[in-house]
Amino acid sequence: MNSSVGRFSLWLLLAPFLLWIVLLVLVPHLQMLRVSFQVRESWDTLAWGLEQYQNFFSESYYWRTFVRTGVMSLFTTFLTLLIAFPIAWYIARLARGRSKGILFLACLIPFWASELVRTYGWMILLRESGLFSSWLQVLGWVDGPVEMLYNDVAVIIGLVYNGLLFMVVPLVTTLDGMDENLVEAGYDLGGGHGTVLREVVIPWAMPGIVSGCIVVFMLTLGSYLTPVLMGGKDSAWFTEQIFTQFITRFNWEQGAALGVLLLVLSSLLVWLGLKLTGQSLRKVMG
Amino acid sequence: MIRSVPRSRLFDALYLSYLLAFFLYLALPLLVTAVFAFNDSPFPSLPWQGFTLDWYLADGTDGRTGLFHDDGLLSALWVSTKIAFWVTLVSVGLGCVNAVLFERVEFRGKELLYLLMLLPLVIPGVILGVSILVFYSGMANDVSRLWGIELDLFRPGLTLVVMGQVTFITTLATLVIAARLRKFDRQLEEAALNLGATPLVAWFTVTLPWLLPSILGAAAMAFLMSFENFNTTVMLTGSDTPLTVALFNRLREGSTPVLNAVALFLMLVSALLALFTLRQKS
Repeated sequence: MNSSVGRFSLWLLLAPFLLWIVLLVLVPHLQMLRVSFQVRESWDTLAWGLEQYQNFFSESYYWRTFVRTGVMSLFTTFLTLLIAFPIAWYIARLARGRSKGILFLACLIPFWASELVRTYGWMILLRESGLFSSWLQVLGWVDGPVEMLYNDVAVIIGLVYNGLLFMVVPLVTTLDGMDENLVEAGYDLGGGHGTVLREVVIPWAMPGIVSGCIVVFMLTLGSYLTPVLMGGKDSAWFTEQIFTQFITRFNWEQGAALGVLLLVLSSLLVWLGLKLTGQSLRKVMG
Repeated sequence: MIRSVPRSRLFDALYLSYLLAFFLYLALPLLVTAVFAFNDSPFPSLPWQGFTLDWYLADGTDGRTGLFHDDGLLSALWVSTKIAFWVTLVSVGLGCVNAVLFERVEFRGKELLYLLMLLPLVIPGVILGVSILVFYSGMANDVSRLWGIELDLFRPGLTLVVMGQVTFITTLATLVIAARLRKFDRQLEEAALNLGATPLVAWFTVTLPWLLPSILGAAAMAFLMSFENFNTTVMLTGSDTPLTVALFNRLREGSTPVLNAVALFLMLVSALLALFTLRQKS
């Protein structure tokens, strides 16, 4: 009796979870995978084939953008980590009392605005008629308006800005839990700053570093607004091509194939990151 | 480099200026966006032409339409609010059930299901939107072609946007609520049961009040995430455009200070929601 009640309530709790994960995640993704292998012969006949994937490899525009997006996302993630680490270290280890809480909250403030608003702010600052250009002219450092928007540097500035919060928070959380005696012991045993950082601090902070890097990498790889609005003609992003296939060309089969490729790239790099650092998804995300 | 290890003056000065530069970098884009919502000029750029509230209040008579008279933006704002409401309701509800499932019940395959639960976090938002579009909208197309039945529910529109956003916001809500449930002292619940409460009464009078702060926090977060989402939403939206998509379309046509006005309005709403959540926590 009791075990059948337990079984019943287990299913009652499982049902919403299964509905959500099956109907909104698993089935749609499997269907996307299926569609990516379908070739449209006429308006209502389909055949199986690899045409979409062949297109990807034969048209250099596709795979060049693919590689570019991957490499730039990795670079952005690394840069975000470099910029965020000293800030997180200060908040977790050097700031005291109230200033600690205030600095932490200050890191969160930009994220009261959406990605669109943040990107718009950068556009106002960087474009030809923008603030930086006007200030440089007032200072007399340049003669005419300077265009600082629509290039890769602008895109990376925007992407790093978008990712910072998701790097600072996990870093502060792990660094906060570190025992300072470990660091002192490192110095007492004759280590310099570099050695202590490499041998004590970074191994300790690894779960936070990996978790921050995964989130920032995913956000960067999947971002659309920042590269589209801040990038130039040559700085295409892979998500842009997926949007183009679906929204302007109505070529769902090609779009689905590009989507699958992006998903494979992101899963592969996340898996590699976890393997290389010896972390598990549950440990860094849950 | 900890407090007990001596540091040089120069190092301290460098470190502090780095901090200063960092926070300037964080604040600058938002600051200029906010300030130019009040510039009396048709373009959000220098020179400063004086203070005006036109970008909120102008009714279109002298060539300027402020946010509060801009029907396109106001209806987009309403669409976003409706979407955010349903997303919050569904994902926080699911989050509560999932939290109980993963924190309180033991069953076979739990570890695997937990990893499945985390999955939406490592799928780019664009892909979440694309896959739901391909499956549901494709299904609506097939059903219409084969049997002549119109499943308008599954055509791009509000329902699909809500479904797309629920996909990943549920994971976040689950993590927030589960973290709080993990800290719950189960003896409190057992005490209630010993004192004669039924499990259901114990749940509603002891456990739920303990979870309430995290539920409200998750709700505020879900509302904001839904309101601000672009990548998933843009794939699934139909004729009723939500605010972020409407703003994006405007921005492509050219920027006017009305966009700054909307941006500042959104920042204030988010700030209020964030303050509300912080008060709940303390």
